[in-house]
Amino acid sequence: MIRSITQQKPEEELDQLLEGLGRIFIIGCGTCVTLTQTGGGPEVAKMKEKLSQKGKMITGDVVVPVACDNLTREALDEYGGRIDQADALLIMTCAFGVQTIARQMKKMVVPALDTLFIGKETSLGEFNEICTQCGTCILGETGGICPVTSCHKGLVNGPCGGTNNGKCEIDNDKECAWTLIYNRLNELNRLDAMRKLQKPRNHQGELSPGKWTSKLEI
Amino acid sequence: MSAKTPSRLEKILDSGQLAVTSECGPPRGSDPEAITKKAEMIKDHVDAINITDNQTSVTRLSSLASCIHLKLMGLEPTLQMVVRDRNRIALQSDILGAASFDIHNILCLSGDHQVFGDSSQGQNVFDLDSMQLIQTVRLMRDEGKFLGGDDIKRPPKMFVGAAANPFADPFEIRVPRLAKKIAAGVEFIQTQCIYNLDKFELWMKQARDRGLHEKVYILAGVTPFKSAGMAKYMKNRVPGMDVPDEVVKRMAGVSKENQPEEGVNICVETIQRLKECEGVRGFHIMAIEWEEKVPEIVERSGLYPRPKDL
Repeated sequence: MIRSITQQKPEEELDQLLEGLGRIFIIGCGTCVTLTQTGGGPEVAKMKEKLSQKGKMITGDVVVPVACDNLTREALDEYGGRIDQADALLIMTCAFGVQTIARQMKKMVVPALDTLFIGKETSLGEFNEICTQCGTCILGETGGICPVTSCHKGLVNGPCGGTNNGKCEIDNDKECAWTLIYNRLNELNRLDAMRKLQKPRNHQGELSPGKWTSKLEI
Repeated sequence: MSAKTPSRLEKILDSGQLAVTSECGPPRGSDPEAITKKAEMIKDHVDAINITDNQTSVTRLSSLASCIHLKLMGLEPTLQMVVRDRNRIALQSDILGAASFDIHNILCLSGDHQVFGDSSQGQNVFDLDSMQLIQTVRLMRDEGKFLGGDDIKRPPKMFVGAAANPFADPFEIRVPRLAKKIAAGVEFIQTQCIYNLDKFELWMKQARDRGLHEKVYILAGVTPFKSAGMAKYMKNRVPGMDVPDEVVKRMAGVSKENQPEEGVNICVETIQRLKECEGVRGFHIMAIEWEEKVPEIVERSGLYPRPKDL
C-alpha cells in the first residue's frame, strides 16, 4: 500500500521550533506514520515523556485514525478544551496531516516529522519512492521500472557513465535504475524500447512546485 | 561526414588527420590567469581545449567565461556543458552566449551528481539529459529553432560532441548507447580515460561492426597517472573507471620519484597502440592539474606538430 514516508526531525530542530511554547498538545496518526514508526502510539508516548522532561506541559495527546482525512476535525473536537489550553499543536504526522489540521484548527502547528516521499515498504523497514507523480508516465517503455523516480539524475534516455557493478554512482547499496531496466527489457526481449529517443519531459504535467488539478474527469 | 561548422576541430577530423584535444579545469576563484596560463602551456600542441563545467560538482569559474578567455587568446575552446545545473532556458541561453563569441565546439554531458561536490544539498536539475542536449544543439544549429519552436536569429554554429564510457556496465549497453547518441545527432565523442585497452578495443570493434566509426569521430580519452596513489584512487573511487590491476602494479613497481615518468610512459604507449585501432580519429588528453605534461605526451606520441593551415 502507498504510504507517506516520514522521519522524525532532529531533536535540536524540534527544540528550536518549540522554544517559548510551554503548553503542547501532541497529535499522532494511525495510518502511515504508525507503519513507519514515526508518529504512532508508542512514538507519541515517547515524545510526551521527552517533552515533559524538558519542562513542557503536555495538555493532551491523541492518535487520530487518518490525519489527512477531513473527519480529523471531528476526532479533535472531543479534545477541544485541552487543545484550547495549548500554545501549539505538535503534529507527528506527515505534512498532509499537518496541513489538514492547520486548516481546521485555529492553532499554531509544529511538525515533528519531515515528509520524505510517497512510497511503499518494499521489505521490512525499507521504503521506496516508486513514483514521483511526474504526470508524464513512461513506464510502458521502460519495462515498468521508473527512471524518473529511481535514477538519481532522472535520466530518461539510458544510464549515465557512472554505473559500477550494477550500482548507482552515488550509492553502492542502490541499484542502478537503468541496469534494472536493461535487464528487465532483455528478459522481455524488448531491448528495442531503449532505442527510442525520449523527448524533453513536459514539466507542465506536474507543475512542480504547486501541483494541482481541477480537471479530473470523474 | 563533411564539415558543417567553422570549427577547426571538425576541419581537422574531416581532413582525416588524427586530432588532439586536451582540457583545462577552471579555478575556484576569479583569477583569469589560472585559465590563460594553463592554456599557454598546451596551446601549440592541441587543436582544441575543453573547459570543464564544474567537474565533480565542485563550484568553479564558469566554463563559458573560461571559454571566452581562450577565445580572446585566439584559441579554439570546446564548451563543456552539463545538464545537472541548468534548465532548458539556461542551457539554450548559454549556448547562444557561447555562439555570440563564435565558440564552435560543445560537449554535451550529464554531469556528476551534485552529491560528490561542495553543494551536496543543492537541487539537481536534469531538466534535459545529455541525449536531449545533443538534440537541442542540433535543432538550434540546423533548423535555427529553439526547443519551444521559435526561430533563432543568427543560430549557433557548433560542432556537437558528447562523452562515451566503454567501461561502465552493463558493457553490452555501451555500444547501443553510442548508437543512440549518434541518432540524437552527436558528431564527435570523447571517451572515458582508457587504461583497459583490451576492453576498449572490443568496444571499438563492436562499434565498427555496426558501422558507427563512420558516423562519428571518436577521440580516445587518456589521462596520465601522476602517482601510484592516483592509479589506486581512480581504480577504486572514480565511478565508471576501469583500471586493470597490472597498470596499478606497474605504477607501484617504480620508485616514487619515477612514478610521474612511468605515468607518462603508460599514456604515450596507450596512444601509440590506439593510433592503430581503426575508428580512433584522435585523442583527448585529460592531464588533471598536470597540463604542463601535455606537450611531452603529444610529442612523444608522434602527434606533433599540429596542423597549421586549414
